[in-house]
Amino acid sequence: MRKNPLAVWTAVLLAAAWMAALAPAETVSWTAIRGVRIVPVNGPVIEKGTVLIRNGVIAAAGAQVDVPASAWILDGSGLTAYPGLIDALSSWGLPQAQTAQAPQAAGRGAQAPQSGQQQAQQQPRSRGPGDRPGTFSWVKAADQVQPSDARISQARSAGFTTAVVFPRQGIVAGHGSVMNLAGKTAGEMVVAPDAGLYLALRPSGYTGFPSTPMGIMAYFRQLWFDAEHYRQALALYAADPVNIPRPAYDRALEGILGAKRVLLPAAGPVQMERMLQLAADLKTPAVLYGVVQGYDMAAKLKESGTPVILNVRWPARNRDADPEDVESYRELRIRDLAPTSPQALSAAGVRWAVSSDGTESPRAVLRALKQSIDRGLKREDALRALTLGAAEIFGVADRLGSIERGKIANLVLADGDLFNDSTKIRMVFIDGARYLPEPEAPPQVGPGRAPSFSEEEEQ
Amino acid sequence: MRRAILTGVFSAAALLAADVTVIQNATIHTVTKGTLKGSIVIRDGKIADVGEKVMTPAGARIVDATGKHVIPGIIDAHTHIALDSINESSVSVSSMVNVAEMLNPESISIYQALAGGVTACNSMHGSANAIGGQNVVFKMRWGADARGLVFDKAKPSIKMALGENPKRQGSPQGLQIPGLQSPQNLRYPGTRMGVEDVIRDAFTRARAYQREWKDYEARKARGEKLLPPRRDLELEPLVEVLEGKRLVHAHCYRADEILMLIRVFDDFNIRGVTFQHVLEGYKVAKEIAGRGHGASTFSDWWSYKVEAYDAIPYNAAIMHRKGVLVSLNSDDAGGAELMRRLNTEAAKVMKYGGLSADEALAMVTINPAKQLQIDRWVGSIETGKDADLVIYDKDPLSIYAKVEKVFIDGKQYFDRDEDMSRRPKLEAEKEGLRKKLLDQQKQAAPQNRRPS
Repeated sequence: MRKNPLAVWTAVLLAAAWMAALAPAETVSWTAIRGVRIVPVNGPVIEKGTVLIRNGVIAAAGAQVDVPASAWILDGSGLTAYPGLIDALSSWGLPQAQTAQAPQAAGRGAQAPQSGQQQAQQQPRSRGPGDRPGTFSWVKAADQVQPSDARISQARSAGFTTAVVFPRQGIVAGHGSVMNLAGKTAGEMVVAPDAGLYLALRPSGYTGFPSTPMGIMAYFRQLWFDAEHYRQALALYAADPVNIPRPAYDRALEGILGAKRVLLPAAGPVQMERMLQLAADLKTPAVLYGVVQGYDMAAKLKESGTPVILNVRWPARNRDADPEDVESYRELRIRDLAPTSPQALSAAGVRWAVSSDGTESPRAVLRALKQSIDRGLKREDALRALTLGAAEIFGVADRLGSIERGKIANLVLADGDLFNDSTKIRMVFIDGARYLPEPEAPPQVGPGRAPSFSEEEEQ
Repeated sequence: MRRAILTGVFSAAALLAADVTVIQNATIHTVTKGTLKGSIVIRDGKIADVGEKVMTPAGARIVDATGKHVIPGIIDAHTHIALDSINESSVSVSSMVNVAEMLNPESISIYQALAGGVTACNSMHGSANAIGGQNVVFKMRWGADARGLVFDKAKPSIKMALGENPKRQGSPQGLQIPGLQSPQNLRYPGTRMGVEDVIRDAFTRARAYQREWKDYEARKARGEKLLPPRRDLELEPLVEVLEGKRLVHAHCYRADEILMLIRVFDDFNIRGVTFQHVLEGYKVAKEIAGRGHGASTFSDWWSYKVEAYDAIPYNAAIMHRKGVLVSLNSDDAGGAELMRRLNTEAAKVMKYGGLSADEALAMVTINPAKQLQIDRWVGSIETGKDADLVIYDKDPLSIYAKVEKVFIDGKQYFDRDEDMSRRPKLEAEKEGLRKKLLDQQKQAAPQNRRPS
């Protein structure tokens, strides 16, 4: 078949014009890491290959990759490249006052942050669902993250390139955001601003409604009914603005309607049953967090298709506990079996990811998973949870979580297996930019709340 | 011919496949149909036959109960066991909350109650509010999840409370929480008058809400396009009370407040209320009985607060004789302490008031079943009812009686001998685990810990 030369020329000219209009003035930047062992997570390991990065995005990864002459070439021999690690439920980058739920291990003389109850006392008493108690559904982590937070560089040094950061105040805490852990402004860090709405069952104490987890659950139901009513009112008004009164704008309900998914706490099977029912009633997909007793929940989680975010600060006996205190058999069992939760979830085919909440440091997340590996968790399952698994739960697996063409160039280069104690992180790439790790800081009790059964206990 | 043989084979298989248990040679206290010596046939979780002579199907599991006593499972009309939240005490009307959401099937109280012969209970919201939360009736199916425990045929109910508890947070003297006595934390009401007002106001609002929905449905039926009313989870249960679809359990002590509530319910045409505690019920028994209300009280204990002083141990017997439907309850919250000996609580009405053994047992079986509207299925030993049965080694009204076996829906959930023989093994397992974890902790501990 003969082509019409005029049409071909027109197409070429049009394409050139289109590219000229679109392409920014800046030049293309290429980075190539050569001779590196690649663990792409979505496919088999490449023992020696090249990762090519173009303008912060992975252009190619494989044993044979053509590297442009202008590329900055790094020698990766002796190193292993993993996808950047993802903290699936984080508070890194958020102002610390918001995360003051952490056990307070401040040294002598340090100013203890205000307790929740003290704060609550200063607010007027909530007299029912109409007062919208503890509700911050209009808050988005993306608007609050401070790039200067010291924990961000600490996390980077441990191999984390992304965190799904959630606000934590009140009971409807606000929307989490998927953030890359580098950037001059918070805006640059955002990968996805709406990761889900964080809900807590932390009652106010005695200062108003709701004072119990039971009251909180009733409140959530009322709030979702109100949001649905608001949606109907807006729709009616839009169809007939002449005759239908204009509904008052309500930021709390707007925030509920915008929730893609809800994060709900569930330490064990009892809370899981409650939360799955609640999520079904709210007609909103759920992600459960905490899940200390995951080893006892896997079958039901699989059946319901609910993903979970595991808190890996495994329960331990308080060092200062009275040695005479004998714990119940049930407590001892939970303590013994909690680190086996990851393999139980993987074996059942439950989607799971990992949270840094309550851990001493970002590095401690890896050490906790090593404990699970020692008890039978497969290394590839642990790695998947920290990368692609987390990305899938939050709907960003098209851009994060594996080393493949088209994904954001978030990488960790380590001098050995990621989960080995002796392994050192040599460099980290975020959006294609290289960061060198800082020496590990001495452990301190980190942000976020401790995992626990106290999650749901009454005060 | 061949078909007939096949059918015969199938029906025999069906018979065998059916789960049949026969409790033989027992003294059976049916509660509603007298006491007899005989056997009970349990098939597919139901009582299939009771009598001196019964047909024992081949392959049935036989429980020899020679010399032993069988009663219907005890029903506790008022407890707070196995709940992770009890009291949404922040508001005076907390009808939007439901304790069923907080039912904890892992609570050891369930097993303790079971070991005391209790097979079902009404676990209720607390008494901090004039109108409290929704309650849950469940069976002690130890090992089931929360949904599996719930007695789903039971009619829904709501808690109400009069007197000191609901008004306590309304007065500066009553609010005992350190640091929170500031006026902004006071909660209306602060008096008994106020409690009545809160109740009347709530039911008045519920009526208006009910009307709002009826108007909406009518206009919608005419083809109008309009916004439905906002759903109100506080008022919906109260509309159900007004429509007779939800029972009321009202915590009370004094005669005056009992009369007050009777009048309020007369005004709103609410029937079939069960007064709870009701220690001065003997003073107003005629008024309670006259409206068809019931009473669930304590046997012989009181004086734990000012409004609970004018009490007598004859309360239950007097109310019963005046025609009130009376049950005895435990009010247990922290653990199943009184709950596991409700049989002897019942026996006390024989001493105080001279009621018969059957009347006494009825107060912890069929009477609470009627109050909870579950008497079609439980509360007595009758053909067709759920096989919720307790085997005692002696007469259950004796303080020496011990529960040996408990069946719920025909399934054995408790066996005293099995429980006892399991204990050493559990102890050993626990000790082993404790040592293992201690060793792990020692290994993980940093060496040379010194104060900095």
